[in-house]
Amino acid sequence: MFDYLDPVILARIQFAFTVSFHFIFPSFSIGLASYLAVLEGLWLKTGKSVYLDLFKYWLKIFAVVFAMGVVSGIVMSYQFGTNWSVFAVKTGPVLGPLMAYEVLTAFFLEAGFLGVMLFGMSKVGRKLHFAATCMVALGTFISATWILSVNSWMQTPTGFAINAAGQFVPAGSWLDIIFNPSFPFRLLHTLIASYLTTSLVVGAVGAWHLLKDRTNPYARKMFSMAMWMAAIVAPIQIFAGDLHGLNTLEHQPAKVMAMEGHYQSHPDGAPLILFGLPNPAEKRIDYAIEIPKVSSLILKHDPNAALAGLDTIPDNREPPVAILFWSFRVMVGLGFAMLGLGLFSLVARARRSLYEWPLLHRLAVLMGPTGFVAVIAGWITTEVGRQPYTVYGQLLTGQSHSPLAAPAVAASLIAFVIVYFFVFGAGAWYLLKLMGHTPRAHETEPPQTPIRSAGITPAPALDGARRPAE
Amino acid sequence: MTFALDLTVIWAFIIAFAVFAYVVMDGFDLGIGILFPFFAVGEERDQAMNSIAPVWDGNETWLVLGGGGLFAAFPLAYGIILPATYPLMIAMLLGLVFRGVAFEFRWRDPRHRALWDVAFTVGSVVAAMAQGMILGAILQGVTVVESVEAGGWAYAGAWLDWLTPFSLLTGLGVVAGYALLGATWLIWKVEGTAQGHAVRLARMLGIATLGGMAAVSAATPFLDYAYWQRWFEMPGVLLTAQVPILVVIAGLFFFRSLNRGSERLPFAIALGLFLLGFAGLGISLFPYIVPDRITIWDAAAPASSQLFMLVGTVIIVPIILAYTAWAYWVFRGKVGTHGYH
Repeated sequence: MFDYLDPVILARIQFAFTVSFHFIFPSFSIGLASYLAVLEGLWLKTGKSVYLDLFKYWLKIFAVVFAMGVVSGIVMSYQFGTNWSVFAVKTGPVLGPLMAYEVLTAFFLEAGFLGVMLFGMSKVGRKLHFAATCMVALGTFISATWILSVNSWMQTPTGFAINAAGQFVPAGSWLDIIFNPSFPFRLLHTLIASYLTTSLVVGAVGAWHLLKDRTNPYARKMFSMAMWMAAIVAPIQIFAGDLHGLNTLEHQPAKVMAMEGHYQSHPDGAPLILFGLPNPAEKRIDYAIEIPKVSSLILKHDPNAALAGLDTIPDNREPPVAILFWSFRVMVGLGFAMLGLGLFSLVARARRSLYEWPLLHRLAVLMGPTGFVAVIAGWITTEVGRQPYTVYGQLLTGQSHSPLAAPAVAASLIAFVIVYFFVFGAGAWYLLKLMGHTPRAHETEPPQTPIRSAGITPAPALDGARRPAE
Repeated sequence: MTFALDLTVIWAFIIAFAVFAYVVMDGFDLGIGILFPFFAVGEERDQAMNSIAPVWDGNETWLVLGGGGLFAAFPLAYGIILPATYPLMIAMLLGLVFRGVAFEFRWRDPRHRALWDVAFTVGSVVAAMAQGMILGAILQGVTVVESVEAGGWAYAGAWLDWLTPFSLLTGLGVVAGYALLGATWLIWKVEGTAQGHAVRLARMLGIATLGGMAAVSAATPFLDYAYWQRWFEMPGVLLTAQVPILVVIAGLFFFRSLNRGSERLPFAIALGLFLLGFAGLGISLFPYIVPDRITIWDAAAPASSQLFMLVGTVIIVPIILAYTAWAYWVFRGKVGTHGYH
């Protein structure tokens, strides 16, 4: 019944679906792991119980996020082979080792210390437990580094040759492969995005509880920490995004043309198109609202600089303009909204009304999920902008797929959609429930019965992440 | 050339090690999932779940190393085996999704705990069955064609080729074997009525696992002449015959240890049975990675890729083993009814 469908399109939808879902979890857990390490470190340093209670509050949330990240991530490591076997065979010699290093240096580190982080506080002592937390946080960071190196190589491949079998093989130094031209910018932009996303979620949860009780010391502490983070990181992110964009202009100009909506070349200064409706059939932006020369000013730092348009790119090498045009605007728009929230919080802080300004709190709640939206929009921009290639300029998407049977791809796609919405829908609900629970002193009471293993009885005052929910 | 040759053999052993580490470590996790319905709701199930809660994630990571290592060291094999077993791979991944989230979700939602317990079991059974069937599908061989565009060779069969009586047999064998690992792990880690259940289950599963190993061993030589040759021709048979003999001896010791009420020995012997079974598979397959069509050398990534990874692997894997052992040490002993909370 699925035989009339194009299996390559189905495989692309499947990859887009599974990777987008997956990306939500690490973009939160990377930032949250670091936040937990900061909270536990502050507790050890100051001895103030507010940090410990916040640590335990967010640890329960982290456990759920991390579990969903793990199970959705394993799917990704097998997607290359199931649907994209030709890509896997050809890029395996270059990308495989980087991913193997990700497993060795990051996944084992996270997983190995996660058990101690979640359940071991009463068993290993404070400092060793803090070390375990730091290892998990370090693992998330290392993992992001390797996988973004892999992704960046697909965007800006360097350091390779092509062998007789048509495979990409390493040529020269591995450093040329790992530190390919777009990697530093993508890593910076993505890690900051993760911290920003986390600060928005923490800020929203803090704001939510301030709206209910503005005296709650835990809500005040987390809100203040999150707003400092947002105020500092949002402008840095806009700057990092600009650097990343300039790098993209250098290496993948067609992507930037599509983001900007520049169907035509502009020999004497290109306008910045704020909004409009991309019209791919006529190759123009309808109803465009534009500011003359500003695109050249941003991209070339010269209002009169020439900027080539998509008219210089063959039609069959053009990325899908409408998707990029919109996803880019969503990301940038939300980025400036985050900047606005950060500035608002600074004003509130200066007026000594950070905890007493319901409008700020409502705005922070509203902005809570926008980090995820911006991350996904940015991801769509960079990945769709790589089309029609899997390895930019080298290997076409249409030549990368497995010998696919449409019924198998369609059936598995449907299965992924149903399972992901059910499982991660339930997970999201549990996260909201945990976040809705008011943070308070002695966060999670220890269980009534003593722990009977390894001779440690009775249960010390600290418990791990798991307690049956109230 | 000999250098490259050696690297490829080393990598075949490293990936075999990763797969074996996965099979036994996640094997007992999945086994506990398979056996979950046999344990009473409440204390028994909580004990069983808590005995693996701190370690399952690390155990599962070996699967990523096995898959990622195959992608890196033998990309051609990765690019053939995954399409050839496509529906099994998807089923395994989705099974692992349900199994993995159940650890967290069952505590977060007491009203629907029964639902997540079912998800835990169904996910574990599906993942184990799919893994066993993938093994059978590889052993029985896959159809490949030479393909310049695909980088040498490509899968050329249909999308349900893997479904045969033999792959169903290997699937059931792995389910029984994982359940055996799970039951013997529980004998070690839990107490009370749950332990009594585990002992009774282990006895039945010991019979089922040995029966499964015997049936797979008996069927394998008939799949392909080369298997027959590798197992039964002189002088190799003097060596290969040791494997079934050792399995019989281990089986006898297994039941004796159960009868004597030993708590740790059954698990150790179950690991030994898996090691012997794994050695048997090695004898059947080596040096092929796609039986009788593609050897490990045909599928190998260039020496520069394998060497780059080998450096890291040699340094990092011992460190991983050390901190993994530490994590197990932290959670040593009986789990108790309230686990490690």
